[in-house]
Amino acid sequence: MSETILDIKDLWVIYKTDLETVHAVNGIDLRIGKGKTLGLVGETGAGKTTTALSILRLLPSNTGRVLKGSIEFHGQDILGMNDGQIHAIRGEKIAMVFQDPMTSLNPVMTVGEQIAEAIMLHNEGIVTAEVDRRVDAMLGMVGIQASRKDEYPHQFSGGMKQRVVIAMALACEPELLIADEPTTALDVTIQAQVLTMIKDLRNRLGTSMLMITHNLGIVARTCDDVAVMYAGEIVESGTVEDLFLGSRHHPYTDGLFGSIPSLTSRAARLTPIPGLMPDPSALPKGCAFEARCAKRMDICLQRHPEKATEGTHCILCHLYGEKS
Amino acid sequence: MESVTAVQPGIQTFKKQSQAKEVWRRFRKSKGAVAGLLMLSVIVFLLVFADFIAPYALATQQDLAIKLQGPSFSHLLGTDAFGRDLFARIIHGGRTSLSIAVLATISSCLLGSALGAIAGYFGGRIDSLIMRTLDIFMSIPDILFTMAVVFALGAGFINLLLALTLAYFTNYVRLVRSQVLNLAELDYVEAARAGGSGSTRIIITHILPNAMGVIIVNTTLNVAKIILYESTLSFLGLGMPPPAPEWGLLLADAREYMRVAPYLMFFPAMAIVLCATSVNLIGDGLRDALDPHLKS
Amino acid sequence: MSTIDTRTPLIEISNLRKLFKLRGGARLHAVDGINLKIYPKETVGVVGESGCGKSTLGRSVIRLIEPTSGEILYNGRNIMKLGGGKLRELRKDLQIIFQDPYSSLDPRKSVIEVIAEYMFIHRQFKTRAETYNRASHLMDLVGLARRYANSYPHELDGGRRQRVGIARALSLNPKFIVCDEPVSALDVSIQAQILNLLMDLEEELGLTYMFITHDMSVVKHISNKIMVMYLGKCVEMATSDELFANPQHPYTKALLSAIPVADLSTRDKDFVTLRGEVSNPINVKPGCRFAKRCDYCTEACTSADPEAIEVAPDHFVSCVLMRQEVKAI
Repeated sequence: MSETILDIKDLWVIYKTDLETVHAVNGIDLRIGKGKTLGLVGETGAGKTTTALSILRLLPSNTGRVLKGSIEFHGQDILGMNDGQIHAIRGEKIAMVFQDPMTSLNPVMTVGEQIAEAIMLHNEGIVTAEVDRRVDAMLGMVGIQASRKDEYPHQFSGGMKQRVVIAMALACEPELLIADEPTTALDVTIQAQVLTMIKDLRNRLGTSMLMITHNLGIVARTCDDVAVMYAGEIVESGTVEDLFLGSRHHPYTDGLFGSIPSLTSRAARLTPIPGLMPDPSALPKGCAFEARCAKRMDICLQRHPEKATEGTHCILCHLYGEKS
Repeated sequence: MESVTAVQPGIQTFKKQSQAKEVWRRFRKSKGAVAGLLMLSVIVFLLVFADFIAPYALATQQDLAIKLQGPSFSHLLGTDAFGRDLFARIIHGGRTSLSIAVLATISSCLLGSALGAIAGYFGGRIDSLIMRTLDIFMSIPDILFTMAVVFALGAGFINLLLALTLAYFTNYVRLVRSQVLNLAELDYVEAARAGGSGSTRIIITHILPNAMGVIIVNTTLNVAKIILYESTLSFLGLGMPPPAPEWGLLLADAREYMRVAPYLMFFPAMAIVLCATSVNLIGDGLRDALDPHLKS
Repeated sequence: MSTIDTRTPLIEISNLRKLFKLRGGARLHAVDGINLKIYPKETVGVVGESGCGKSTLGRSVIRLIEPTSGEILYNGRNIMKLGGGKLRELRKDLQIIFQDPYSSLDPRKSVIEVIAEYMFIHRQFKTRAETYNRASHLMDLVGLARRYANSYPHELDGGRRQRVGIARALSLNPKFIVCDEPVSALDVSIQAQILNLLMDLEEELGLTYMFITHDMSVVKHISNKIMVMYLGKCVEMATSDELFANPQHPYTKALLSAIPVADLSTRDKDFVTLRGEVSNPINVKPGCRFAKRCDYCTEACTSADPEAIEVAPDHFVSCVLMRQEVKAI
């Protein structure tokens, strides 16, 4: 087992407004090993972005709140850190790439300046020449000509912008990169370029990664471990082999696979999951997936399921509870 | 196929109020807005029932015997240099001032919004024509413009209204035009065209209702401005001819007696301030209430 | 050789062009000479990435955007010059479903009002009650519970909003519907629900679709025939099975290889990555528009626009390389 660099235990996060309380994350456990990529899969509202923001303590301060649980980075408790400590980690040890490159970049600063900013923030007293050298190196690594560093974001296309964002994130060679749907807004061929680049960089720098996506194809290509999230819980987790080659799955995972049109076989109809994710401000008492589950049983309505573990593969479902 | 739930017989009458109720709920949350609403209600009440509270005669009848008396039981806010009751003058003056202000706001809103919607929706040469004409209007400072109109046409209710409308409609054109430019890009406008809807129908059914929020907020804020404006005009002697007790005129008259009877200036000024402030507060509250008009 | 289809196409597009004039005089060749025959009850998929012109094509075919030149035949009749009343009549037959479920519905209109709108415009029924009645039947047809009739768009999720959009498109009993990326903005499981719905409706109502998307797996699933577009031009066209089994154009190959498949066996295979960026068809010069990014680019590629060559029955490819291959057969 490789060394664990990020360890999340029993994390609960809510968003509290004066109208309602949204239970975004409900008791999740996640572990990311050094140099490994963990894919966090789920649909809108599952709680993936909330989890990512919690790791960096970037939840909106007026509404977001961590109810309980721990997040440990190299054994250090993130949730208990003071501002100075967390600032030292953000950008330097843990970096984040968001979905929309359009809003991640400051339109009035050149691309070079923005990467330089990241470097200078975390390297006090660094000389300008060294900063320039590093900026050029980063741009080169993401496949952008160094001569373009004096251009502004609007002069770059979507894919290029995302590369700049990745360059900024990796400028300080963080140990963990959190990528929240980094290629969803990009064209398919550009997505291929960016994913190849991310994989390449990851191999070269040994960065660990949390890849948040709803696309199982991306998971197959880039991830070592996977966690499937639904209604704020991790309903299935394991290695990528467990997920794609395993014989037993959480019904939601089965549903996700069934919703994807296959490129190889031509079924007349897809088998989607009926219904919608439950309202996170009013979650049911038993299993959150019960209402949409084809394999539901009486117990699913009454009692919350427990984790059934088989080696590296965990499934949160009554179906597998008895056998383990 | 996803199972269809049991069919309910008939369709209930659709309720449009649900959005209005939401807006009202949000409006109520802002203390400032509610205070403004209360203040304005009191003012409007006084103005509407002016004849019962303080007959017009009191406002205009001169009685030099009781001139320049401070506030007392018989004359709540005192009397002016001609012995006229100040309270009555303020209330009746308010009627004139406010009615001009409100009417001017409405007419400038209508004129400006129509032009703005047309400019924004059709674009091209029509847009250029309207906007360049607008530039001409806007290049002349408001005060000079209104003064010029009043000088040319003479004083009087209608002329004052016209002058104020022409000075203010420009706000709306720009505002509505930019709203329309954004809205016209949206898919639901294209969807209406795909269904065979004509331009007029699209503007009236789809675009203006969605621009309404911005228009309403701006309008309430403009009322405050126009109240002040109208007072300025009457202060300068360009308002209604005396003895009409407009607020600005009251202020002008009070200048001479500032040292002797400061209340003559204070009370009309307060009236203007209270009015303008309450309208502003309502406007702010409305803007916040209408802004997250989709689910927060 | 190619089987000659004896049916009359429902829609026949010849040399369709749409040019946009940009500020500064530049011209955007969004759709540049597209030829397409769409037969009744068939689904033609149009795929490509941003800037390829597929959305513009979809809107031009039903004259929601005015095409610059070319011919569009609907049931044999040229509809390019139709105006006024006749164009309004046409709207009943040719409809469109939009991509964004959030901006395609007027936030101030309730679900039932949105669905009923077209019927009011065309005065299909005499009374409001009849119109709303038909609207509620449409809700049943698209699987939208009647209790949402008085709801507003912001109260519904993406999938339900899209159903409202579909019900609206069906309200005038159209024959042909342009589906402009109808599922791209939806979650995976909702996508599947809506795709099934569209396919069911196609069968039940005998509809013909032009299905525009950038998602290759979705297009394969729903289309009979697929056209691949790049910067305003058609680079390849074939039946669905043929295109995936036997892609010929370098761009098509790259597109297919770029799809991350939910399958571990492809994990270590490299994507065929293209050089460069997807650009814009602004002020184009003659020559293949894909030349700059193509690994097989030759002298002949940049001198003139490549013609469409039939490499197999009903399989057309616009690539200079195909000429040699055909000769080699």
